[in-house]
Amino acid sequence: MAVASIGILTLLTAAVLFGPLIWRIPINEIDFTARLAHPSWDHPFGTDDLGQDLLARMLYGGRISLAVGFAAMAVAIIVGVLIGAISGISRGSVDAALMWITDLFLALPQLPLLLLVIYLFRDFLKNWVGPEGGVFILIVLVIGAFRWMPVARLVRAQFLSLREKEFVEAARALGATTPRLVIRHILPNSLGPVIVAGTIDVAAAIIAESTLSFLGLGFPPDIPTWGRLLFDAKDYLDIAPHWALFAGAAIFLTVLTINFIGDGLRDALDPRRVM
Amino acid sequence: MQERELRDLIADVKTGRLSRRSFVQQMIAVGLTAPMAGMMLAQSGVAMAQTAIPYKPTKAGGGGLLKILYWQAVTLLNPHFAVGTKDQDGSRVFYEPLAGWDQEGNLVPVLAAEIPSKENNGLTEDGLSVVWKLKKGVKWHDGMPFTADDVVFNWEYARNPETAAVSIASYKDAKVEKVDDFTVRVTFSKPTPFWADAFVGTYGMIIPKHLFADYIGGKSRDAPANLKPVGTGPYVFVDFKPGDIVRGKLNPNYHMPNRPYFDNIEIKGGGDAVSAARAVLQTGEYDYAWNMQVEDEILTKLEGAGKGKVNIVETGNIEFIMLNSTDPAAEVDGERASVKTKHPLFSDPAVRQAINLLIDRASIEKFIYGRTASATANFLNAPEKVRSKNTKFEFNIEKANAILEAAGWKKGGDGIRAKDGKPLRFVYQTSINAPRQKTQAIIKQACQKAGIDVELKSVVASVFFSSDAANPDTYTHFYCDAQMYNTTMTQPDPGFFMNQYLSWRAANKENKWQGRNVSRWQNKEYDEIYKQAEQELDAVKRAAMFIKLNDLVVTDNYIQPLLRRPKVSAVAGNLAVPLSGWDNDLWQIANWYRET
Repeated sequence: MAVASIGILTLLTAAVLFGPLIWRIPINEIDFTARLAHPSWDHPFGTDDLGQDLLARMLYGGRISLAVGFAAMAVAIIVGVLIGAISGISRGSVDAALMWITDLFLALPQLPLLLLVIYLFRDFLKNWVGPEGGVFILIVLVIGAFRWMPVARLVRAQFLSLREKEFVEAARALGATTPRLVIRHILPNSLGPVIVAGTIDVAAAIIAESTLSFLGLGFPPDIPTWGRLLFDAKDYLDIAPHWALFAGAAIFLTVLTINFIGDGLRDALDPRRVM
Repeated sequence: MQERELRDLIADVKTGRLSRRSFVQQMIAVGLTAPMAGMMLAQSGVAMAQTAIPYKPTKAGGGGLLKILYWQAVTLLNPHFAVGTKDQDGSRVFYEPLAGWDQEGNLVPVLAAEIPSKENNGLTEDGLSVVWKLKKGVKWHDGMPFTADDVVFNWEYARNPETAAVSIASYKDAKVEKVDDFTVRVTFSKPTPFWADAFVGTYGMIIPKHLFADYIGGKSRDAPANLKPVGTGPYVFVDFKPGDIVRGKLNPNYHMPNRPYFDNIEIKGGGDAVSAARAVLQTGEYDYAWNMQVEDEILTKLEGAGKGKVNIVETGNIEFIMLNSTDPAAEVDGERASVKTKHPLFSDPAVRQAINLLIDRASIEKFIYGRTASATANFLNAPEKVRSKNTKFEFNIEKANAILEAAGWKKGGDGIRAKDGKPLRFVYQTSINAPRQKTQAIIKQACQKAGIDVELKSVVASVFFSSDAANPDTYTHFYCDAQMYNTTMTQPDPGFFMNQYLSWRAANKENKWQGRNVSRWQNKEYDEIYKQAEQELDAVKRAAMFIKLNDLVVTDNYIQPLLRRPKVSAVAGNLAVPLSGWDNDLWQIANWYRET
């Protein structure tokens, strides 16, 4: 299952990376004569209501959606594991303080804060790396910053139980330093749930990106991320189902394969696995 | 169009060579309103037509439940506080004005016994006063009689700044006095050509003195009747959940015979335009849905279900693009887009002219809006040409390229034109609404072909149209190079509509961006003509001035009209709904009935 998933995901990734080099129709070529065309050889995925080629838009949008998904997951996992690990291994005030911060972030109202962050930094980042790059960094950071808390809690919970386990005590008795204990013994054992949480995060990030686009805070409206394609297509479900189907299928496949891969990884990385 | 041409046209209407309807349509085409056209005719001796609103039922009641859907829910039921049309419509079920505006610019009496005119001594030559005669025998829902005291009270209530009524503009410059129990006189401080504003239409609904007298001024928001209206309308209040539902039942003592037809009425709020259209046209769950901002393609498809039809009435609303005449990037005295700056690109007339040529209005109309809008250039001078409209504006990429080339904007290596190191690159914003995003895409593509790089931006409507002084993304801040929205003609008199280009009305920090001149376009000639029009009593001369104003605005190309947007609603197949583009959707709710 996991192997098949890796195959499909690689295929998807390769398609969005190299597809635009082969399929050379521009993403914003408006052709009123081919509005809402069903899939054909000219337009394998059909067209939208301005006659723009959906395959080209899917390929281009996939780059953004996948990149946002993976980058946001990476941010969430790194921050989450770091905070969770420090908090789980140290006792007393550090643990308490870090958990307070986690609770604080969990309690923050996301939407108003998002608005604030974007108003504060959008223009600055836009001047620095351009409108698309700026929004990309912002979205990755914002989604990452709001998704690390569950990971941190998971990691801390794992740490609290693992560090009392016999094998950890044995390692400590043998004179292992705390960093070594954490990196060699506890962290690998606690990664299973983290990987699963991470895979879910990829899916959540792709969806969150489309939410932001919907609110006008994401990418400019003419950049066809998968979420936006789906959003644009929703009113046309009964007239042109192909429009929503392909974008929906792409998100579905990505999320599903990543979940399977996550499952597979957890099994593969499980130190207690019986060979 | 000159004054003389207008007079010729009016003479044609008098002799019957031109129908009243086509005269009104021509006036709309040059940017005036139907009510204004009606005023011109009335002043020139063509009487307002007696509007016959068809009504078949021969007794009140028996119609069952009328279900209306507003995808923006009603939030309050006091007409003097009603900001949005949804609240005005909700109030209109229970409250009524003295008169309303029909589709052809005729005043239709509601609580007035007759429409004031020179013949019935309602109007004076000097334009300083109006006398309204009220209908006798009208009762409030609680049984109290409706009299001139109520009308005078509404003036006192609305003009008090502490009441904070949105209708204040209609009342503050007038003086209202009781002549007898059923006659009131409205006196103006200066000659007022457009006298039918106070007590008429949208802002004219009358609330009862006996329930609101204690809540005038600062306590206005505490009145229990704000949420439990007691009016004179065809339906009596039953229940109201703000943001959700309004319920009413038949008023057995209604002042018009055999009305209303329905036993109960319900206005449900919430959802979005597409699902509202579905509920009326496809599933038939509701009888009427308001404001169908939906692609025509979808509406046509839904109409195919045969449950209902789309109803379209002409209005003065215009979807347009405005180019910023100030520089949104430079900050002067703590505000961006200050009138002290000039836009680095658009100050060159060639750029504005090129952009005008790059807007494919015909395609936008044909492929996005369909029946729900008609492309317009709206600066036509002769009425004959107005009739062959939709051909005057031009879409021509080569010509735009040539103009830019001639003005010294040369293409660089990346295909973007530049001059003096300034690349032709701008940000174009609008609210989030599927047809608008598509319009943006079409214009962006055409601009690309002419070497102009456009960055699109879309802002969620509740932010874009909010009056939040702290939010830089509102349309009144206009911290952007170009923006697009639909400007509505909330008042039938173009005086209010056209004041949005006056120099001294520029939106800025000082007035918390509440100034109506959002584009910050400044033109001395415009200001002068507007001032004259304010005082001009002759309706025809005044109309000619407004047409001139319109021409000044659009020929300068800072303002680029795209489409006229009519009022589009979805109506159940068997429902008879008299609508008007110059008044609320529910202005004739008493005359709605179901064909059997």
